[in-house]
Parts: sequence; structure tokens; C-alpha cells
Amino acid sequence: MVDLVRMLAGTRGHRRLDWTDWLSYAYLLLGLVLMFGPVLWLVLSSFKSAAALNEFPPRLLPYGQASVTVPGHPGPLPLFRVKLPDGSTRQLAELRRIGIQATMIDPERPEEEFKVNIRDRERVRAFHLALENYTEIFGKFAFGRFLWNSVFITVVATLITLLFNAMAAFALSKYRFEGQKWVFLLIISTLMIPPTIILVPNFLVVSKLSLLNSLWGVIWPAVATPTGVFLLRQYMLTIPDELIDAARMDHASEWRIFWRIVMPLSAPALAVLAIFSVIWRWNDFLWPLVVLSRTENFTLQLALNSFQGELTTQWNYLLAMTVLTLFPVTIVFAFLQRYITAGIASAGVK
Amino acid sequence: MLASSRLPLRALAVAIATVALNAVELPMRALQRLLGVPRIGWVFVTPNLVVLGLFTFLPIVIDFYYAFTGGVQLDLRARPFTGWENLQTLFECGSYLDPSTCRKDLFWRAVHNTAWFALLQVGLMVVLSLVTALVLNRKILGRGFFRGVFFYPVLLSPVVVALIWKWILQREGLLNAMLHSAGIAGPVWLNEPGWAFSWSVFVSIWAHMGFYTLILLAGLQAIPADLYEAAEMDSASPWRRFYRITLPLLMPNLLVVLVLAVIRAVQMFDEIFVLTGGGPGSATLFIVQFIYQTAFAESIRLYGLAAAASLVLATTLLALTVVQLRISRQGLSGKAGRDDG
Amino acid sequence: MASLELKRVVKRYATTTVIHGVDLTVRDGEFVVFVGPSGCGKSTLLRMISGLESVTEGDLWLDGRRVNDVSAAQRGLAMVFQSYALYPHMTVYQNMAFGLENIRTPRSQIDTKVNDAARLLRLEALLGRRPTQLSGGQRQRVAIGRAIVREPTIFLFDEPLSNLDAELRVQMRTEITALHQRLKTTMIYVTHDQVEAMTMADKIVVLNAGRVEQIGAPLDLYNAPRNKFVAGFIGSPRMNFLSVRVTGVGPDGVGVMTDANSPRAAATIPVRGESGLVGQAAVLGIRPEHIHLRRAEPDELALTVMIELLEQLGSTSFLYCVLPSGEKLTVQLAGQIDKEAGEQIEVCFATIDAHLFANTESEPAFERLKTPAVHVAA
Repeated sequence: MVDLVRMLAGTRGHRRLDWTDWLSYAYLLLGLVLMFGPVLWLVLSSFKSAAALNEFPPRLLPYGQASVTVPGHPGPLPLFRVKLPDGSTRQLAELRRIGIQATMIDPERPEEEFKVNIRDRERVRAFHLALENYTEIFGKFAFGRFLWNSVFITVVATLITLLFNAMAAFALSKYRFEGQKWVFLLIISTLMIPPTIILVPNFLVVSKLSLLNSLWGVIWPAVATPTGVFLLRQYMLTIPDELIDAARMDHASEWRIFWRIVMPLSAPALAVLAIFSVIWRWNDFLWPLVVLSRTENFTLQLALNSFQGELTTQWNYLLAMTVLTLFPVTIVFAFLQRYITAGIASAGVK
Repeated sequence: MLASSRLPLRALAVAIATVALNAVELPMRALQRLLGVPRIGWVFVTPNLVVLGLFTFLPIVIDFYYAFTGGVQLDLRARPFTGWENLQTLFECGSYLDPSTCRKDLFWRAVHNTAWFALLQVGLMVVLSLVTALVLNRKILGRGFFRGVFFYPVLLSPVVVALIWKWILQREGLLNAMLHSAGIAGPVWLNEPGWAFSWSVFVSIWAHMGFYTLILLAGLQAIPADLYEAAEMDSASPWRRFYRITLPLLMPNLLVVLVLAVIRAVQMFDEIFVLTGGGPGSATLFIVQFIYQTAFAESIRLYGLAAAASLVLATTLLALTVVQLRISRQGLSGKAGRDDG
Repeated sequence: MASLELKRVVKRYATTTVIHGVDLTVRDGEFVVFVGPSGCGKSTLLRMISGLESVTEGDLWLDGRRVNDVSAAQRGLAMVFQSYALYPHMTVYQNMAFGLENIRTPRSQIDTKVNDAARLLRLEALLGRRPTQLSGGQRQRVAIGRAIVREPTIFLFDEPLSNLDAELRVQMRTEITALHQRLKTTMIYVTHDQVEAMTMADKIVVLNAGRVEQIGAPLDLYNAPRNKFVAGFIGSPRMNFLSVRVTGVGPDGVGVMTDANSPRAAATIPVRGESGLVGQAAVLGIRPEHIHLRRAEPDELALTVMIELLEQLGSTSFLYCVLPSGEKLTVQLAGQIDKEAGEQIEVCFATIDAHLFANTESEPAFERLKTPAVHVAA
């Protein structure tokens, strides 16, 4: 038994759990609650109907009005707990309500009708997922359009990023040409020029290229990431030059060598860059905000922002949209969490 | 392996791309014949350079042009040359410490807000990241899982982050509900200037600390375990072990994290904009939002002023980046030392 | 009073037992070496003594005080690590002073002690340097200096020489031994190199798979190994083991017959045996240095072997031979010989130099009836 505790403690094997270990676990548990809790609350809330959201204090799980189907009546009837004049409490279904008087029937004996004052009845709650929050946004709010815009930008930008960055990285790692060092320094130096300081002139450039308000106006400025070139170049440097020389002896053109040999061999680094690019483009906000002014071109992020700015925010729909927006990134996270955290941890050493 | 929700689309795109790229081979062969092998490298670098040139280098130059011209036109030719006027307007102040004495009080309010924000957010976040890294460095069951836990918010988009917390901070949101059950009436958090600012700091720490925690954790793990054993044999108490061994050896990482965090804090926009919109009033107005507002959100678009403000921001960032490079170079040389063996 | 006592010490990790009940007594001022193959638990044992690992069962006594629950920081011991574990961001002086600072020694005392230790180890010129600026041997000495400065009751060494090159290793070996003569403090030294063990130890503890095989002075282990494991571990080159069959048991000893068709393949080894052993297989051990090529004496075994490989070092020759049965035999001779690989030769050795073992490693060797004459160097 002592050994089991020791193993669970996972300490250095030379002392029992002491107060520092308990404190550590408490801290980590607190962290778990604080990091995941808010997201969980968002998801739970997104399944509540607008009425349920208006309740204060809010319940943890989504609840809605319970209902029951009674033979002889079309559609389910809402269920109430009713206090009868004789003092007993029964669950009755409401047929109709006029003013303060409700006509109710016993679901087991539908012929018997009761006239009940609305003061004497109270809703019966049941667990109820308001799935309409998710389905209606496609119709009412053109959510599908925004989804398509985000997906289009993310996928196309990632593909172009991979191609352009790989080509540049290939040139900078496998060739020696004049001015190469300057090109590399130039590309790395752009790390010092964040987009926030060139908003206005970029706006001009995009406007002159007639890309204003177009998805391509969001895509093109984002594809030449210096981080991507650096990452791919580092990886390509480890590809033996002999492979390329052998291919040259086999009369392969440089493009062929790039496309058929270097790219496949760089797959791990390309995968990493692809993941970064997907996350960056999916989450982009400022630049799309500047470039896209017509609602039908909005990305998911812009759409979310514009909906929450309105005076009467329809939170039930907004929450559903938010959940859908964070869904892809969450999936990526779940599958690749181990690799992401390991990768950044090792890069941090540099 | 990649985002499975987009796999079919991706496969299609890859197929189309493959066909297109194979077609590219013909002109590439021609170029290769023309330029020879080493210089074909230029062709490969060109697409990247063109994009960078158009959307990074050219804009930097144009930024200066905007800053030194006036008027409300976007088109460069329609802008009259005004010299230092934009920058002078920006810097016209009774006292730099009191934004209300400034001509462009909104700009200076933004500067003050950003400075305080950077100080508070970075200070708190680095301490929290360090503590978390120290805890994660111990041999705890489920270490990898917890590392991921703290890192998850880093992946979420700023808009989503802001909405998650905005929902909790509503008048009848989760926070007030919990306070209500304890008998406390919570305010409308984001309508109070002080609270809005504090929550901005909190939310941005929540969203970013995981990243820095990982960097510091890597630094901690690079410290050999037998140094701690030797220190134990040297009768060092846990506090002395932290103060004399962990902290000095972690200092290079800490400094890098500090500078990176400050650079990011100074540019903070997305999550704050969605969370508070800069308000209430201008309580959470930061520099990038000022630039955005001045150039794109006001009815009169003062591109020149916005560009001037951009240049002020750029100078600050440049200074910080230089500091960061200086630190990382020093960190490397300090460890290597001369080899007189 | 004993400096260190281990009583039935056991170490268990979750379900694996790494140390199976070790008993050991170390007297004040002794130089004890823990030796054994990798994974035998010698480092674990050392770390339990130091306090860096806990003791699962059993008792650990230091100077008459039970220290199982005393932390490493408070046991009054010092350890020299295999990787030296010098603090890279501190100078040599600071590295050595750190331990004293932690127990709040006054600065003047620290200064004196550090300088004394530096003088002893010839480190005075290096006090201002950082570890990355030192060579391997210098770092080794700083690690030792750090330990000396603490004035511990016992020095603990965890394979300190394994990261040094061969020449430096020999030099440091003599330095550590000289240090021991000078300081006269108890030292416990862990190594996998039996040459280090033989040359440095007052007492050797041979460990195998978490168990103590034998404890004794170096020469005792050499002359009278308690079992086949110790016999094969101590002595370089390794003792030869030949399969033999017991032909008879008598008052003079146990008669054995090797499987080879050799002129004198049968002989009586002067060890005690039971009558039930007749017909059983056994293992004969003979050290390479006890085999010679001269004419066989009456009480000697003679074997015909073929030389597979011949190594002549000038002062010594090694013959790697093979018996007709296929078993290998190594012979060590002084000087040079005029033979070639592929030649058949006759080798002999005295039965009194032979050891007899059962076929397992841990079963005790057959008890000797007569002590072999010690091979005294002329």
C-alpha cells in the first residue's frame, strides 16, 4: 500500500508525499479549472435556449421546459407541477392558457380537465439541448458563408505559404549564389516589422492591387512568413547534398529535384509549418478587419466580433458560433498536443 | 495527421496543385538553361521576396511618406507634404505625464494605457509562468497532460478568448452568479474603467502564459539534475537551491521571455478590442487600436497621423528588439567562456 | 567504533527490488571500494549512504547514529559525482565555498579552508576560473576539493574516473590514494573497473545484481574467491573456466577429468567434496598467469591446446588457445616466446592453483584443503 502511494506520488522515490507535493497538485488542479473551465462553460451555455440563458442565477446544465405527448393531442404539451385546491401536487400538462387561467389535463387521464391559476403552477425542467442554436445560425446568420470564407483563406494561404516558403528555404539551403546571405538576412529582418506598424501603407498597396474587400487581400500579405522560411531552411540543411547531386546526375531538372525529392523529405517540417499556418490564419483578426468591409466576405472571427457589438446581442446564437469557431483548433490541439508542446519546448532552448 | 475536418478539401487542393506544379516544370527548365544551376536559386526565392517586398518593405517606406504628408486622401499623390507636422501634433503636450494636457490626448492616453498594461501584464505573467514551470518541472504524474492544459488557451483565437470571458463577465454571467451565491453583488465588470483594465490584463495573461511557461520549462529542464544533488550534499536548503542555482542558470531564458512578452504586450489589440472595444471611454484604449481607429474607423480618416503613430510604435519595438538581441548574444557568450584549459 | 554500518539494507522501487539485503561494516579510515558489473546496484548503494536515495528496509548507521530518516544535507558526508556536477555559473572558489556558505560559516574561515584545499590539490591558480574553462582532470580536482572543504566524516566517490582518458585515470588514481593517506578519512569508492578496485582498496565489496558476493582485502579476493562470479570478476585477464567431470572423491581431494584427450587430463584437486558428486559435471578455474609451458610436474594437469591468437607485448605474452573440446583457454607468460598461431602446444598448471566450482555462479566454491603457496614476486 505504501508502495502504491509512493508510485502515485512519483516523487524521487526517497520521500513520501510532503506538503510541497500537495501544493503542486492543488496548483495544477486550479490551473486545470481556470484554463478549461471557461471554455467548458462556453460550450455548456451554447446549448441553452435563449430563455434558459436569461435565468439568473444560471444553472450548470442546459435545461428546458419538459414536455409530454398526450394521445389525442397534436404535438407535445408543456409539463407543470400544479398545486390543486385539495392540497395535493400533481404533474399536469397544459392545454392552453388564457390570461391568468390555464386549462390543464392529466396526461394519464386526458379527459379530465383542470382549471388552474398560473400562480399555482411551476415548470418542470428536464435536460434539454437547444440544438436549434447551432442549426439556425446557418439560416438566420449566413454562418455557412463565414465558415466558407475562413476555410478558404486558411487552406489557400497555408498551401501558398508552404510552397513559397519551401522554395525560398530550398534556395537558401541548397544553393550558393551571390547575394544569398543578403537575401536571408532580409527575410529574417522582416521579423522586426510586425503588421501593426504598416497597417495604413499595406491598405494602400492592397487597394491599388484591387484586392480590397477580397479574400485574396487577406491571403497574399500573409504568405511570406519569415518564421516559415527559417524553420524549413533549418530542416532542409539536414538533407544530404549527395541525394541532390545524385538526382542531378540522373538528369533531373532543379524543379523536379525540389518537387520530387526535397519536398517529400521535408514532410515533417512542412507539417509543423502547416499546423502553425492553419492556426495563424484561422485566428487572424486585425488585418482581415482592415481589409474586409462587406459582411458577406467576413471571416468567422470578424463575424463573431460584429455580432457581439450589437446592442441586443443574441447570446445563444453567438455562443454557438463561438463554439464552432474554436472547434477545429481544439481538434488539432487534442491530436497533436504532445508534439506541439515538445516542439516549442525544444525551440525555447535556442 | 492535419486538421481532419478539412481533409477532403485538402486532398482535392493537393491534387490540383500537383497537376499545376508539374506543368510549371517546363518554364522552370527553360529558366534553368538560361541561368545555370546556382543562379536558379534566385527563381526559387523570388515569389517569397516579391510578397515580402510588396507587403512589408514597400509599406515601411510608404509609412514614412504618409507620416510626412497631410490631408485625408489615401492616394499618395493627392496628399500635400507637411513635413514634421503630424509628429509635432502627436507630441504637442503640456506635460507628457498628463494626457489631458495633450493636443492628441487620445494618443497619449493610449500610450499611458499601453505602458501600464505592458508593465502589469508582463510582470504578472512572467512570475506566473515561472511558478507554473517550476511546478511542472517536478516529477508529477500527468506532467505532459498539464503542460498541454496551460497551452490550450494559446491556440484559441483572440476573438474567441475575448468572447469566452465577456460571457463570464456579463452582468448576469457566471462570475456574478458565483458571487451572488456568496451574498455579494458583483458590478457590471466591463463597464467600470478600473475593472475593465484589470480584466484586460487578466484575460491576456490567461491567453498567453502557456507559451512562456513552456519556454521556461525547457530552460529548467536544461539544468542538469546532478547539480541539485550536489547542492543537496552541500547542505543547501530548497530556497538556496532556487536562489543560487535555478535562478542564475535560468536567467538568460527569463530575460528573453521578458523582452518577447513586452514586445507582444505593446502591440496588444485583438482580444482587448473585442472584450472592451477600448472602453469604457478610453480606459482600455491601447496604441494599436488608436492607430486602427485613426486610420479606419473615424469618419475623417487621418492616415498621416496614424502613420506617425505607427512610426512611434515602430521605434519602440526596434529598441526592444535590439535589447533582446543584445541579451541573447550575451547569454550565449557568458556560458561558453574562453578555453584556456 | 565503526564509521558506517549497513544492516540488511533493501532497496525497492515499486515492484522491483534492486538491493537484496546488504550487510556491511566500514571502519574509521578505511578505503572501501564497491565493485561490480553495470546494473549491480553499487551506485544505488552509495546514493543510499549519501541520503540521495531512501532506504526501503534495513538500517543505516553513521558513527553510531541511525540516519535512515536524516536528509542528505545533514549527514555530514561529501560526494564526488561521476559528472563532477560543478556549478557552471560559479568560479572554482565559489564552487568550493558554496557548501560552507550554506551552513553559515564565517567568511574568514571559508577563505582559509578553500585556500588550504586548493593548495592541497594544486588549484590555486584556477580559483578565479569557471568550470567550462577547465580541463577534465582539473574539474575532477575541483570536485574533490569541494568535498574536502566540507571536512566530511566519509568521502563518497561515484565512478569519478570513468570520464577521463586512460593516462589521466592512472594519474588521478594515485592522487586519490595519496589523498587518503594524507587525510586518513573514511572513503567509499564506486567503480566498475576491477583494476582500480585492486589498486586502491583496503577492502573490496563485490556486488552482483543487488547482492554482496564477497567482502575482503584485494589479495584475499584474488587468492580465495568465494564463488565463480568473484573468481571471474577479479583478476585481469579473466580466470579460465573449464568443464570437468568428477571422477572420485577422497581425503586428498576431488579427482577430475577434463574432456580433452590430453596426456595428463586427470588430476586430484585439493578441495573438500561429497561422495555424491562422483560423475557430476563441475567447473575448474585456473588463472592465465598460473599456466606455464614447462614440463609437467607430478601434481600438475597437462593439456594439449592449439594457439588461435598470440599477443606479444614484449614483457608479457598472451596466448589465446582452444582445447579440442572447443573451450577457450588464455595463457599469460612472462617475456617473449617463439611460437606461432596455429601451433599445438602442451600447457600445464599446478593443481594447487586450481579452483573448483559448481556450475552456477553463486554457489560457493569448493572449500580448499590446502592453502596454495602465495606467488611471491622474486
